[in-house]
Parts: sequence; C-alpha cells; structure tokens
Amino acid sequence: MSSDAISARGDLRLTRITKSYGDFKAVDDLTLTIPKGSFFALLGPSGCGKTTTLRMVAGLEEPTVGSIHLGDTDITTTRPYQRPINTVFQNYALFPHLTIFENIAFGLRRRGIKDVKEQVDKVLNLVELPHLAERKPTQLSGGQQQRIALARAIVNRPALLLLDEPLGALDLKLRRQMQIELKWIQREVGLTFVHVTHDQEEAMTMADTIAVMNEGKIEQMGSPADLYDNPETAFVANFLGQSNLIKGKIDGNDGDNLVVDLYGQKVSMPKKRSHAVDTSLYAGIRPEKFRISRLGTPVRGNTLTGGHIEDVSYIGVSTQYVVAMPWGQEVMVFEQNDDGVAPFDKGDEVNISWEPTFTFGLRGDEDIEAGTEVNPEELEEQ
Amino acid sequence: MSQKVKDASIPTIPAKARFSRWFGRNLLRIYMIFGFTYLFIPVAYTFAFSFNDSGKSNLIWKGFTLSNWQNPCGAPEVCNALGNSIKIGLLATTFSTILGTMIAFAIGRYQFRGRSSSNLLIFLPMATPEIVLGASLLSLFLVFKINPGFWPTVIAHVMFCISFVVVTVKARIASLDPRLEQAAMDLYANELETFRRVTLPLVAPGIAGAALLAFSLSFDDFIITNFNSGTLITFPKFVYVSAARGIPAQANVIGSSMFFLALAIVIAGQLVKRKKTR
Repeated sequence: MSSDAISARGDLRLTRITKSYGDFKAVDDLTLTIPKGSFFALLGPSGCGKTTTLRMVAGLEEPTVGSIHLGDTDITTTRPYQRPINTVFQNYALFPHLTIFENIAFGLRRRGIKDVKEQVDKVLNLVELPHLAERKPTQLSGGQQQRIALARAIVNRPALLLLDEPLGALDLKLRRQMQIELKWIQREVGLTFVHVTHDQEEAMTMADTIAVMNEGKIEQMGSPADLYDNPETAFVANFLGQSNLIKGKIDGNDGDNLVVDLYGQKVSMPKKRSHAVDTSLYAGIRPEKFRISRLGTPVRGNTLTGGHIEDVSYIGVSTQYVVAMPWGQEVMVFEQNDDGVAPFDKGDEVNISWEPTFTFGLRGDEDIEAGTEVNPEELEEQ
Repeated sequence: MSQKVKDASIPTIPAKARFSRWFGRNLLRIYMIFGFTYLFIPVAYTFAFSFNDSGKSNLIWKGFTLSNWQNPCGAPEVCNALGNSIKIGLLATTFSTILGTMIAFAIGRYQFRGRSSSNLLIFLPMATPEIVLGASLLSLFLVFKINPGFWPTVIAHVMFCISFVVVTVKARIASLDPRLEQAAMDLYANELETFRRVTLPLVAPGIAGAALLAFSLSFDDFIITNFNSGTLITFPKFVYVSAARGIPAQANVIGSSMFFLALAIVIAGQLVKRKKTR
C-alpha cells in the first residue's frame, strides 16, 4: 500500500484526527476535507494546532487517533518520503551545503530522475531567480530564500503543497508582494496548496477556503467573505478583523427577519444570519458597516440613538470613531472620508445606523472577548 | 600647514598624556604580542635547534647545518619510533572517530534510558588523571593475560580519544537544525539517504575536527603509552628516553615538521572555508 501512496492523487481527507502529547490535545477530533486544486488556509493563533495538523499531513508526526486519506489512499502511517506531499518550511530549511540548483534538484534526484536540468531551470524561471542557481543559500536574501524553498517544493509537482507560515520571516512589504505571487503561482501550477498562518490578512488575501482553528478544533470554515461577513462564533468574529458585539434579546419575527431588542431599541436582522440557540444573542456589526449621523438627521435601516463621540482618529482613507452608547458600551465605527462632510468632534451627540442585512447573530452565552487578544502582533499591522 | 599646527588656539597635548593615550589604545595589542611570544618561544627554539650541528647532545648551539633536515632518520631508532606513533595514531583516530561519532549521534539525537548518565560518563576519561588511567589499564591487560605492546596501546588510545570525539561531534550535532533532515525526508530521501546527503555532510566538519584532535592526542601521548606499550618505542617515548643522554637534533626536525604540518592543515582549512562562504 505504501508504495502506491507516492502516486496518490485527489482530495485530502482528515477523519477524526486527534494528536495528544500526554494530557494535552494539540488537535482534537478534527475532520476536514481539502478539495483537490484549492488554496486552503488553516488560520489560528499560535498553539491552536494548525502546525501540528500540517506536520501530520506531511508525515512528520503521526496522529494518535484518526486517519488521513489522499484520494482513496490511506497515508496515515506512511513515511514522509512515501507521500506525494512537499512542504515549504517556516525557516525555509534550505540545505546550506548545497547550491541552489542542487537544493531544487534534491527531490527529483531522490526519485531517480536523471535529467533534472530542464525542470530545475523551468522552476527557477517561475520564481524569477534563474541567475542564482550556483549560489549557496546563505548568500541569498530572505525573500529569495523563500522563493527557492517554494521552487524546491513545486518542482516535484506534489499532489499537495504545504506552506508553514511561509511569509512569517519577511518584512511587511515583501510579504504583500509574495502573497500575490504565491496566489499567482498556485493558479499557474494548479496544485493544491495548504497554507498555515496566524495572519488573517494573509489567509484572506490568498486562500479560497479558510478553516479557522482554535484549541485544536475548527471554529468555522468557509470562503474569506463568508467568514468575515457571517462569523458563527465570537472567536471568528474577533480573530478576523474587528467586531462590535452588542448584547440583545430576540423579540419576535418579521417575515424573514428577526426583531432584536438591543438595550430597549428595536432592530432587525435576517433570520439565516443568526447562530443563536435561544432568545439571547449578541448582535454583531463590523465597524465599517456603521454610519454615523447627527441627532435629528433622517437615516435608513437599523438605528441606535443616544451615543456620543468618545474619540476620533483620522487615518487618511478613513476616520475611526469610538462611540459611547447609553448602556456604557463603546463601539468602533470606521467612516470612509469620501463624502466631503467634516468629521465629527469629540462629544458630538450622534446616532449610529446600519443595513439590517449586515448584522450577524452570535449565541448569547459567548465570551465576547474570545480571539481579541490572542495576537498582538497582528493588531499592530492593522 | 605647520603654522596652523603651531596656532596658539589649538592646545598641544603634553607628551606624557599622549603616551598614556597611545598606551591605552594599544594595550590589547601589546598584551597579545607578549602572549604569543610566550607561546611560541619554545616552538621557535625547537625549530632553531633543528639546524644545530650538534653531534650527540643538542643542548648548546654549535653551528648551522642542514644535515639534520636532509637526514631526519639519522639518529638510531627515531624513524622507527615515529612510524609506530603514526600507525598507532591513525588506528586510534579511525576507531575512536567512528565509535565516538556514533555515540555522539545516539546521545545528541535520541531519547533513551540512560542517556543522561552516558552523557556524564563519557566525560570521565577526560577528567581522570592519565597516570591513573595508564596504570589501571596495564593491570587490566595483565589480568586478561594480554602483554603490553602495539595493540594494547591502540586500545588504550581509542579509549581516551573517544571522549574528545564525542564532545566535539556532539557540539556540531547540537547546532544542526533538525528541520533540515525533515526537509530531506519531505523531499523523498529515506532515512539512509537523509543521513548520507544531509546529516553527514553537515556534521562532517565536526567529525574532521574531532579526528585531527584524536590524532594529535594519540601522537602526543606519553603517560598512558608508557604503561601499556611494553618494549614498543613511540616518538614521545623515544624523546623521553633520549633526554637522559641528549636528544638528537632529528627529534627537533620531526617536532618542527609536525608543527608546520598542523599549521598548514589549519591554514588550508581556513582558506577552504573562506572560499566556500564567498
């Protein structure tokens, strides 16, 4: 069976995978299917089990319980070199004693391919570094090493390419550029990419599908837009961007909408966007979905009155407001600076309003701080 | 120009202050010169007296000659002793390097019962006085009815060289990123190929250094050798024995040659390293 593994193709299926270290479960009963040809991201804070999951797929760790299939082939216990899977390591792990050419040719030669030159040259051209073939890895910059690590993996045309925080060591500008290039290369070569990252923006930029992981489990899986616009848990709502979560009570139906009571003010939201299990819920609204208006100005959609501006930060493309609501909560509002209206000042009495369809509903018993403070590094970037 | 210097507005520094400033700046350099002088005077002395037209005793300078260098085997037994030392050195180096490298990998890479105690025990031969090791080994050989000679000496040398090899190679293994081996396995290299293509080449400089160290330790050893070699003459034994009646200048020739050979190896190593990183 293991000899067939190398030629296995198809979807990657993880079935009820658990990985324990003593009493600690790094991955907890995880079931996941990654379709062939997709760009899939495992997103989560450090220690959420995403890297352990990746290492099990690569064969560098064995699951305690559960099975891993590639297409119809069970690869749970096969050795790393028997899997048609290659990895771009976090620190690149280029072989320091070999030239760039030999680094890239390494996988081809191990599989007994004699004439490697053409393939190596082709992939060096793909990553736009053909002139570096005879250099040693230490003579390359971080960005160049990153591309060579990628080239060394994709030259083998694996069924699955694993990327472990591949851009983590690069500076912000280079990271943005590589995000776009990686996406382009994935389309170009048509391989399945599985990308592990703690950077939500990186995952949103590149992946078709994102699985948000927390404490060894998948919190939610979907397209970047799904996850951002309709998060199912407070962790997802806070980990991907910022959210205002306002406590409320479901107060009745209005066709396809729910009527929700937020501290005595009635608003509505689509039923299908509520993940509440009883009448208590948190109404979630993203800061950029809010509109601010002066008292007495007519507004559309849901409105909450009685707020006043607590803080104003002019960012350039937008202005960020902190609005203090009458029940003591402070909400974030991002306004585009595109309407020629002078920004509000601190202390101004305002209403906040939004389109009902932008509301998402979370269970009333959620910890609304979940996922907010797990990643200080990421907050700095925003 | 010179007038500007004499300008009254520029304060002149008194000679004493100037000296102390110069001294402060060059203190490290002066210290280094003294240090190297201390280290190299004996070597220089040995080298100089290899050209002494000495006859039997090489204690007083009697005149310059090249005949010692032209005829390094001139003194009785010297080349026989040298040959024995080289043979023992090469054998001890080979065995201790192979065994020591394997031990270093076991301790450095694997978890097993008794790992930390092996780690500690391996230091023991380094910490034990040689005179004790030599005497105990001799009595051990005699208990097993093995007569002192060539092979007991080799076994004794392997024993004390292993510790140094393990320590040297282990340091190199510790600095090796395990992700490189994982990357090799990820790129279709099985365990054996991973070791051959990635692990071994990366640890090789450590192994080479350990081998050089082992050879020089073995070549140089007198105390343990003296106990276990019986009638066999090695180079250190030869020098020790001749000291009583005057060391022949050929010993200086061989000593100097060893020094320059070692120096050449070190310089060559540095050149190769510099070329590689460029």
